[in-house]
Amino acid sequence: MTAAISVSHLNKTYASGFQALKDINLDIRHGEIFALLGPNGAGKTTLIGIVCGIVRPTSGRVTVAGHDIIADYRAARSLIGLVPQELTTDAFETPPATLRFSRGLFGKPPNPDHIEKVLKQLSLWDKRDAKIRMLSGGMKRRLMIAKALAHEPQILFLDEPTAGVDVELRKDMWQLVRELRASGVTIILTTHYIEEAEDMADRVGVINHGEIILVEDKAELMRKLGKKQLTLELRERVDAIPAALAPYRLALAGGGTELIYNYDTRGEHTGITDLLDAVRHAGIKFKDLQTTQSSLEDIFVGLVSRDSGAGR
Amino acid sequence: MNFYGVRAIYTYEMARTGRTLFQSVVSPVISTSLYFIVFGAAIGSRITHIDGVSYGAFIVPGLIMLMLLTQSVTNAAFGIYFPRFVGTIYEILSAPISAFEIVLGYVGAAATKSIILGLIILATSFLFVPIHIEHPFWMLAFLFLTALSFSLLGFILGIWAEGFEKLQIVPLLIITPLTFLGGTFYSTSVLPPFWRTVTLFNPLVYLISGFRWSFFGIADVNVQMSVAMTLLFLAVCLAIVSWFFKTGYRLKN
Repeated sequence: MTAAISVSHLNKTYASGFQALKDINLDIRHGEIFALLGPNGAGKTTLIGIVCGIVRPTSGRVTVAGHDIIADYRAARSLIGLVPQELTTDAFETPPATLRFSRGLFGKPPNPDHIEKVLKQLSLWDKRDAKIRMLSGGMKRRLMIAKALAHEPQILFLDEPTAGVDVELRKDMWQLVRELRASGVTIILTTHYIEEAEDMADRVGVINHGEIILVEDKAELMRKLGKKQLTLELRERVDAIPAALAPYRLALAGGGTELIYNYDTRGEHTGITDLLDAVRHAGIKFKDLQTTQSSLEDIFVGLVSRDSGAGR
Repeated sequence: MNFYGVRAIYTYEMARTGRTLFQSVVSPVISTSLYFIVFGAAIGSRITHIDGVSYGAFIVPGLIMLMLLTQSVTNAAFGIYFPRFVGTIYEILSAPISAFEIVLGYVGAAATKSIILGLIILATSFLFVPIHIEHPFWMLAFLFLTALSFSLLGFILGIWAEGFEKLQIVPLLIITPLTFLGGTFYSTSVLPPFWRTVTLFNPLVYLISGFRWSFFGIADVNVQMSVAMTLLFLAVCLAIVSWFFKTGYRLKN
C-alpha cells in the first residue's frame, strides 16, 4: 500500500547556508496519527513546509499518496490540510466566508452543509456572523483548523496546534483529532508536549538538528521515556555497594555519597519499597532522596550520541 | 485549471472593494471632480481649446488614465502584499493552484476594479463636459490593456515590497509624476522640442496619447506606437511575474 506521505533523501539548505534538513527519509502510514517531536529549530516546520508546498526543497523527493509534490502538485496538495504554527487569519471576514475561500482555493465546489458541519464541530457556528478580528485567540486557533478542514482533506498537518491554548480547548481539539482519525484522516502533528504525543500518537518521530533520529511506535518510545531515576543522598560516604544491594543494580555517585537507582514507572513494581528496606537492612542511612525523569531533550541527546544516523 | 481557486481569490478581492467602498471608489471620483473644477473650469476658462477640443473635454482621457494607473497599481499591490504581511499567504502557497491562476485571481480583480472605476470617472465627466468618443472599441481596448498591465505592475510591487513604505513609493513617486509629465493636462506638442523628445522616454505618454486618440482622434504620438508600447509593457510585466513564481522570489524560502 502506498504511504500517505513518503519522504526520501530530502535536504533543505536555506540561502543563508543553514542546513535545516539533512537526508530525511520518512514514511507516514495511511490513517495514523504521527507525532513529530523535536526542540525548537529542529526542522519540524521546514519539513511540513516542504510537504505542503510552502518551502522549496534543495534535493530529495516527497510524494503524497503517490503524487510527487512538485510534478503532480495539484493532486498532492488537494489531499492536504495545513494548520500552521502562527496564528494568521483574516480580520474582516466572517468564519463561513473565510472557509468558503479556503474550500474554493483548494478547488472544491461550494458546499454550505460541509462548511456548517465543520464550524459546528469546532464550536464556531454561533460566531458565524462575527468578524474574525472579534474572535478570541482560542477561537481563531479553531478557525484555522476549520479552514484546513474546509476542503475535506485526507491528510491533516497540525503544527503546534496547542501552543497557547487552554486545557479545556486542548481536550476538545484532541477529541476532534480522534474523530478525524476515526473517519480515515491521516494526521501529522508537531508538539513540544510529550504528554500530547503520548495521548494521541500511534507513532512518534524525533527530529533534531535537521535529522530524523528516531521513528518508533508510541508504546516503545513511552517505555524508553518511562525510565526514572532515584537518587539517595547518604549520611556517610560508602566505598562500595554492599552485596545485598546487588540485585538493584545501583550506581555509586558523588564520591560515594549518592546511590543511583534506575527503574521503570510502567513496570508492575518499581522496586522502590524493597530497595529502601534493603538499604536500611544494609545499615546505610540516607538524609534525602529525589527522583528525576529523563526529559525529551535528554532522550534526544542520548539518541544523537548513541546513534548519529537515522534510527528507523 | 483550478476554476474554483481563481474564483475564490477573485471574489475575495472584489469583496474587499465592497468593504472599502469609500477608499476604492468614492475617493477617486471626488478627486476627479476636483480636478475638473480646478483644471477644467478655472484653467479651462483661459485655455479654451487644444487641437480643436475644449480644454475640459481634453483632460478627460488624461484624468481617467491618472486614476486608472494609480488605482490599478495600488489595488493589485495591496491585494497580494496584505496576505504576505499578515501571513495568510501560506494558504495560497499550499493550495493546488498554479502561479498563472493566482495572478489571474489577483490581477483580474484589480483590473476589474480599475476598469469599473475608469467607467465611473468617465460617467462623472459627462456631468461636467459634453464628450463624444470617436473610437469606442479602442477606448475600451486601451482601458482594458492599461488596467491589466498596471495591475500586473502592482502585483509585482506587492511581492517586491517589504514594508508599507515601499508599497507607496511606486504609485506616489513614479506613477503619479510620470502621469502628470505624460500629458494628462496638456498636449506634449506645446512643449519645447527638447522636452518633447524627453517625454518620449516616458512610457505613460504613449498610453495617455493613445487613450486620448480613441476619444478625439488626436494624438501626441503615433497610435500604433501607443498600442505597441502598451503590449510591450504588458509583456515585460508578465515576464517578471513568471520569473517571481519560477524562483519563488519573496514568496517561498
